[in-house]
Amino acid sequence: MLRFLLRRSSGAILILVLISAFTFFMFFAIPQDPAMLACGKNCSPDALAIIHKNLGLDKPVLVQYWNYMYGIFAGRNFDVGHCSAPCFGVSFNNQQMVWDTIKDRFPLTLSLTAGGLIVFLTGGLSAGLIAAAKRGTWLDKVFSGVSLVMSSFQIYFLGPVVLGIFVYSTGWLSKPKYVPFTEDLAKWFMGLLIPWLVMATIFTANYTRIARSSMIEQLQEEHVRAARAKGMGARYVFMRYAWRGSLIPIATLVGMDIAALLGGGMVTELVFSLNGIGRLARDSVVDKDLPTLMGVMLISAAFILIMNVLVDALYAVIDPRVRLA
Amino acid sequence: MTSPLEIESVEASSAVESAPGATDKPEPKKHEGRSPGQLMWRRFKRDRTGVVSAVIVIVFFVVAALAPLIAKVYGKNPYTLYGQDNPDLLDMFNMPSGGNGGISSEFWFGIEPNLGRDVFTQLLYGMRTSLYTALIATVLMVAMGVVIGIVGGYFGGRVDYWLGRFTDFLLALPSQLFFVAAMPVITTVFVAPDRETPTYIRTLAIIGVMWFLGWMGLSRLLRAVTLTLRDREFVEAAKVAGASPWRIIRKELLPNLVTPILVQGTYLLPSTILNVAFLSYVGVGYVEPTPDWGRMFSIGSGIYEQDPIYMLFPGAAMVIFFVAFNLLGDSVRDAFDPKTGR
Repeated sequence: MLRFLLRRSSGAILILVLISAFTFFMFFAIPQDPAMLACGKNCSPDALAIIHKNLGLDKPVLVQYWNYMYGIFAGRNFDVGHCSAPCFGVSFNNQQMVWDTIKDRFPLTLSLTAGGLIVFLTGGLSAGLIAAAKRGTWLDKVFSGVSLVMSSFQIYFLGPVVLGIFVYSTGWLSKPKYVPFTEDLAKWFMGLLIPWLVMATIFTANYTRIARSSMIEQLQEEHVRAARAKGMGARYVFMRYAWRGSLIPIATLVGMDIAALLGGGMVTELVFSLNGIGRLARDSVVDKDLPTLMGVMLISAAFILIMNVLVDALYAVIDPRVRLA
Repeated sequence: MTSPLEIESVEASSAVESAPGATDKPEPKKHEGRSPGQLMWRRFKRDRTGVVSAVIVIVFFVVAALAPLIAKVYGKNPYTLYGQDNPDLLDMFNMPSGGNGGISSEFWFGIEPNLGRDVFTQLLYGMRTSLYTALIATVLMVAMGVVIGIVGGYFGGRVDYWLGRFTDFLLALPSQLFFVAAMPVITTVFVAPDRETPTYIRTLAIIGVMWFLGWMGLSRLLRAVTLTLRDREFVEAAKVAGASPWRIIRKELLPNLVTPILVQGTYLLPSTILNVAFLSYVGVGYVEPTPDWGRMFSIGSGIYEQDPIYMLFPGAAMVIFFVAFNLLGDSVRDAFDPKTGR
């Protein structure tokens, strides 16, 4: 297990370096001054000079890339001050350290992901299991039908609808707002309740569908039939044999979704005007704030790679036949 | 010996291509082997949900394609600011007067707050932009996935290794973030910063980023299937008979890959449509004045407190479209592989 983790992590780090180079050169190798891109349409020579200096654009691109990567591991000095170890540079926009901004925004994204995950995993998996167990009955049809319709909704449509009904028309809930949970647990919960539920509605539908189909597939497997033939109880076989086998596709999906959400559920954050990583990424693109974008990009890619390794390791835990070689 | 299965499926591939069209050929009366494509089409025709949802999806595409014609008959267009020309249409807050989003016999789906454009034609043109951008992107993705998957799987060795590593690398890129980040970069490559970006460049850029990050799933799947097919007897036989790799790929492998390609296509197209809409919603895809489905939601989310009706029609259209598309996808998969437990 340890060897597997080490080997996969070194591969992941290599891919991260490649992604950083790719993103970096994609922005710097375009036939245009990146400072102009950062500066916008009405750029004054002064602002241009500042950005040039901050970026070290007088040096060759390879040197710039080296400095950037060096900064991530060892820190760098900028005009605005020293940028310590994981240094992702200084924002073009507000001259803040990118790493500080990301640290600032991350708790919201984490809360959003964790809360949503709890709601949609419990809801989706139990609905899927029940539907699979009662396959063909009216209950199954209701669950499948509802999840089909719900999964066709989009957050940017459902979000405003829910806000309109529960916040503006009836006033039962207040507008979503992030309060750090270390500050006030109840306010944190109430502030994020609507985003969690809206996000979970759509995800729940997906998980219901996948849990159901994967359970039904497993229930037709030989080993499940053999266990039943030996006279084991239906419930025991259902939970210990079929359920365990159907966890593999579910684990894959959970891993991908966690990575995507931690890297910024951009639409959710935009719909509910929450200031998390996703909104930061969007704003950095709109404001042409390259260092911030690089930072968010690398962090999101890191989440994807970490989740990939974790899910692969989890396969071996779920299914002993899987060898981590 | 060449397996009978794939002699027929050469014709099958053309039969499948024409299958979604309305023309269904009368089944031959005499007893002869049916190709997988014909079998699939027969199974599909019997599935009423599948046929109904296929009709709905086709209607969406046809209506979107005929948007200019329909708009002409209807007598409006998505660009004119009707609310500005006729002050009675918008109230003092620039909201549609008379409530209900300004729905009237003249403006079927109401009018847009602030600018006062016609929602019905906006939706038609918006669907046209989103659906056809996504369709072109999906076709390109499928082509790319097919080529890379087959080349990797069939030739193996070093080519396969490097193609596999390249696929891994692209799979690790955060795709949505990359879409958003790459859009301005691509447009600045083509357009000077002091100029407006023409719409066709935007379209090309959107198709380009989607294409770049959309083919990996299909190519992985096809590579795996090709690997198993490569060692089958009929491929061996073709090789012994002196067929060129190109001929083997075209005549022996491709017909057997039609099923996974079509099934994956039913997953790819809706997700691409959503990605196009996502880009416009976030504000880096299509911009004003090009009408776009996704951007209608970003307009709507700015004004839903005062005028919730505006978002109703684009939203309902989207839900209907995706319910139909999901059902169609399920039916296509069932028709190809009747064993799947549903």
